[in-house]
Amino acid sequence: MNPLQERYSEEIAQVLSKYPADQKRSAVMPLLYIAQREHGYVSREQFAQIAEILEISATDVAEILGFYTLYHDKPEGKYRLQVCNDLPCALRGADQFLEGVCDHLGVKPGGTTQDGLVTVEAVMCLAACHRAPMFQVQSSEGIAYHEDQTVESAARLVDSWRATEVE
Amino acid sequence: MNDILLRHRQIPNLDQFPIYRQNGGFEAFKRALTSMQPDEVTDLVKASGLRGRGGAGFPTGMKWSFIDKNVFPHYVVVNADESEPGTFKDREIMESNPFQFLEGVMLCAYAVRANEAYIYLRGEFWQLAAELDKHIEYLEREGLLGEKLFGTDYSLRLYTHLGAGAYICGEETALLESLEGKLGQPRLRPPFPPSFGLYGKPTIVNNVETLANVPMILEKGADWFRGFGTEKSPGTKVFSLSGNVAKPGNYELPLGTTFRELIFEHGGGIPNGRSIKAIMPAGASSSLIVADEKALDTPMDYESVPSVGAMLGSASVIVVDDSVNMAWLINKTMHFFQHESCGKCTPCREGTFWMRHLTERIEHGQARWEDVELLNEVASNVKGKCLCALGDFSTEAVMSSIQRFRHDFEIKVLSEAPVSVDIKVSNP
Repeated sequence: MNPLQERYSEEIAQVLSKYPADQKRSAVMPLLYIAQREHGYVSREQFAQIAEILEISATDVAEILGFYTLYHDKPEGKYRLQVCNDLPCALRGADQFLEGVCDHLGVKPGGTTQDGLVTVEAVMCLAACHRAPMFQVQSSEGIAYHEDQTVESAARLVDSWRATEVE
Repeated sequence: MNDILLRHRQIPNLDQFPIYRQNGGFEAFKRALTSMQPDEVTDLVKASGLRGRGGAGFPTGMKWSFIDKNVFPHYVVVNADESEPGTFKDREIMESNPFQFLEGVMLCAYAVRANEAYIYLRGEFWQLAAELDKHIEYLEREGLLGEKLFGTDYSLRLYTHLGAGAYICGEETALLESLEGKLGQPRLRPPFPPSFGLYGKPTIVNNVETLANVPMILEKGADWFRGFGTEKSPGTKVFSLSGNVAKPGNYELPLGTTFRELIFEHGGGIPNGRSIKAIMPAGASSSLIVADEKALDTPMDYESVPSVGAMLGSASVIVVDDSVNMAWLINKTMHFFQHESCGKCTPCREGTFWMRHLTERIEHGQARWEDVELLNEVASNVKGKCLCALGDFSTEAVMSSIQRFRHDFEIKVLSEAPVSVDIKVSNP
């Protein structure tokens, strides 16, 4: 039993039970989420561990990780603040919002704050066009939506994370 | 009018199981299992005239009747990968009226003789998936899911499955590939999913909104459903209204409602003293139509919208006001399509990249008129030559905006002399 399987044996068994016994590969995406949970990215060792559990190659796992945007293969900010600036959001000021958030945090889109806490990213449509400007936060807690935002409200949220870090 | 899909707005706390039950919830499912044959359920849905709400508008009952009855097991897969810019209806239905949605999935599964159904949600709907998991567990405890339901031989399990951020997985065959643990890339069709779907078995793939209609059709009948909308497009539709409009949001209206009514009566009109310039009736994959009197008075149904040069699609109406230059707008849409092209077929992979390169140059005043013509030519060469609809979708805004808003491009190109063409476009 490899370290990932050992650590999350019950959860992995539950995931595998969703799919036919001869279709274990279907569990690759749920397992990538589990592997990514603690550190915000999936390490090379974990590729191999997932591959071993599902009886596929590590390359197959890496290929999936590279294709989908919610998986990451290197450490970045503890919180990923992902701003949607697709067309409907942009018509409601999302580009200026993204710029404002970046200016406030002293980063460019795609960049991480100096303290390593926040990575700001522009992402594709998040299905919340009517509540723009909006962003989602991807972290070890999962993904949470923040809608009808202003630069000030986003700044307050980041401040609350910083306060938690200090504690 | 009575809401069908957004009933939670009339019935507080409809997302709670006891409230849904008090309002007739799961009676249709019980009645189907105990007194109807699966084909009778399909026939009733066929008689209602319900058409798929994911975009293509294909008759739902007919799709169900295509399921291969010689090969088992059968699967139902729900397309809850809502990722089109301008679309946010399925999320509200699943969040606020989840049991009606789940009952629709269960009725579909019974009708097509499937014992397992997967709800494929876009990865960003993380919290929603957790909520649906709780609801599914509850239904299992209540004896509405599981083995030998209502004393019959019928068994059913529902599962959620999270995607991870890829628009292409909204295409039904790419969705199936993704659910199988592979890259979300479309399959060559035929064979179609009702004969060769998930794990190579007969599969019905339906959109969330489509299935959420089914319990009410079973409860109130096909004629009742046909009392809404038009003859060829019966029922209501959730129109997602966004962009330069005072009150963006979801509006459930009969198919055939005009753009004018949606935008000006329900949506509160155009803010900031601006006037309406263009409409995208089907999200980012839509053609741009000039918002003139004729267009505004066009009924929003599957037959009428083509008369003004667009498709109804998922009915995600994006409103564009007169402050917007269309060269900016198509650069935005092309950014999306280039990023989301799965890369499997060459016309889409190369075409979206090339078109993005050109729209970027035009937007930044670094293009010549020949580049606009080249952009139109590239789009016309991509259109109709791709493995799935994403390639076609990427060309709609491009070709329609050059044709209908030529002046916007002239402003960008002719008023600003090209100074450099060194714009690099890379995959983010």
